[in-house]
Amino acid sequence: MNMMNRIFLFLILGTIAVFASGTIDGEIEKQALNVSAIVMFVIFVGATLGITYWAAKRTKSAKDFYTAGGGITGLQNGMAIAGDYMSAASFLGISGLVYLKGYDGLIYSIGFLVGWPIILFIIAEPLRNLGKYTFADVASYRLKQTPIRTLAASGSIATVILYLIAQMVGSGKLIQLLFGLQYEVAVVLVGVLMVLYVTFGGMLATTWVQIIKAFLLLSGATFMAIAVMAHYDFSFGSLFAEAVEMKGIEVMSPGGLVSDPISAISLAVALMFGTAGLPHILMRFFTVSDAKEARKSVFFATGFIGYFYILTFIIGFGAIVMVFKNPHYLDLAKQAISGGSPILGGNNMAAIHLSHAVGGDFFLGFISAVAFATILAVVSGLTLAGASAISHDLYASVFKKGNADSVSEMKVSKMATVALGIVAIIMGIAFEKQNIAFVVGLAFAIAASANFPILLLSMYWKKLTTRGAVIGGSIGLATAVMLVILGPIVWVQILGNAEAIFPYKYPALFSVTAAFVGIWFFSITDSSHDAEAEREAFEAQYIRSQTGIGAEGASEH
Amino acid sequence: MNKELVDKIKNNPDYQELISKRSSFSIKLTIVMLVVYFTFILTIAFNPAALGTPMSADSVTTIGIPIGMVIIVFAFVLTGIYTKRANSEFDNLTNKIKNSIKEN
Repeated sequence: MNMMNRIFLFLILGTIAVFASGTIDGEIEKQALNVSAIVMFVIFVGATLGITYWAAKRTKSAKDFYTAGGGITGLQNGMAIAGDYMSAASFLGISGLVYLKGYDGLIYSIGFLVGWPIILFIIAEPLRNLGKYTFADVASYRLKQTPIRTLAASGSIATVILYLIAQMVGSGKLIQLLFGLQYEVAVVLVGVLMVLYVTFGGMLATTWVQIIKAFLLLSGATFMAIAVMAHYDFSFGSLFAEAVEMKGIEVMSPGGLVSDPISAISLAVALMFGTAGLPHILMRFFTVSDAKEARKSVFFATGFIGYFYILTFIIGFGAIVMVFKNPHYLDLAKQAISGGSPILGGNNMAAIHLSHAVGGDFFLGFISAVAFATILAVVSGLTLAGASAISHDLYASVFKKGNADSVSEMKVSKMATVALGIVAIIMGIAFEKQNIAFVVGLAFAIAASANFPILLLSMYWKKLTTRGAVIGGSIGLATAVMLVILGPIVWVQILGNAEAIFPYKYPALFSVTAAFVGIWFFSITDSSHDAEAEREAFEAQYIRSQTGIGAEGASEH
Repeated sequence: MNKELVDKIKNNPDYQELISKRSSFSIKLTIVMLVVYFTFILTIAFNPAALGTPMSADSVTTIGIPIGMVIIVFAFVLTGIYTKRANSEFDNLTNKIKNSIKEN
């Protein structure tokens, strides 16, 4: 423990030193030094490292490490799930989209939200009743461990790494802008902190970091929304009227975001089923004691997320009236080249500038620190989910055939965490100048096409067999990856071809359908002896998934 | 779980009641959510101008804004409706099933 004390002390001092050094060689595109932001961020890092130290003493077994001992309450877990979902990308991205296009931002928010009720109605309770640490536990419950776990772990790791790349690149740029730090330094700092939280504090630390951040983010966003509304005597009519004066009547109605019906449906499928296939979200359901708490988690999470999206909508409009055309936030250099009224740091900085407009330097510092905290909390959750896929699914279940002891499994997951941290840092730096617009879309497409169909059918479809799940799931995975590569973003924008082979931006409608059809076909035509046994085992699994009988005892050890 | 226990639970009227009531409730709520959402998203795809209709002649606020807000609140209310019923009725049935296998 003494060693850990020293590491933490070193890190806190290191963080301060890094910020101090970042101020000397301030480059042009970096923001000026923001003292209150740095002070608040250092307080946050200090507090979260304190939590990690506390959690480390309570994290002894694999169960503690993966699920925080299973003692998180529904309300706490709801807050943590909401925290995972309210990433910096969705806070800055959606408020930025509202700022840019008005109503279109709301369309996105609604798509991200409506998956949650459906997760509650069909996934949450069986997931808790059947699983232990990862969603692969559920998928492989009555099927063959090795092939199903390998596929589920590949889907998880692919989703996690893609998501991590997006978060790392976003965080590097954001921190560069907010704190005046060098890009590489920012990426390394995020990577090191996340590895510390996860390896020492496991799920307990990751959950509490997420809860604290979610609370700070919701408080900050609430303050901003109230400040904006107070300006207009709490009348939406006057706020919108002024926004229309600034940007035109277009901000009040749907623009070109969703143009044709196929894209609209495909995006909807990706958002809804993708959410239900994100490993870091699914993993949170194992941190509560039973199905009842799992259910309450989704209820609270949906409330927090819905509230947050309403706030981002107000914040986006607040930015239209207070930041747009405000000389204080105008990017003069960019304006000189391309005209218009670009704001410093791009549209995704709208919420950050608004925080300054309503609360001055101090509140700007607070929101900047919260944005950084958000990144840290989300990448920690992702890394933990990736590490558990490696240690629990690949190492303990596939490699050791279920005979790994808790101590060595935990050791492997810590090694996997460090490895993922290094991968995240390298990829974050490698992708700095790349167009990563497709990355989160691809992560959602894989989650929706590979993870979700197997998970859903393993819970509800008696005739599912190992062969069907493996072939169908692989078809879904391959189709999703292929269609993203052949689609307009990668094929045209990145690879520079004239026309996309696959015309739609979102492949989910096609890849999810391919997965379901593949799983169905290769299951019903499977007449092997094992397939018969797998069908027979369904009944007992279904009873456990519906009632929880057998679940409590099983998750103890 | 052995075959005997499986058969016993399967034939328990409380279990059958739980499964039929909860499945139909979950499916209904899922369909309601999907219908509401797809009506919204397909309106945007086919007839975006419909959501751009002003609330009143002298207002810039379009009907799309309250509709969007209502869908967000509605999604949350649906989770509340499900949770409330599951916490009482479904959990009571589940406990009854659990007690019935403890008795012998």
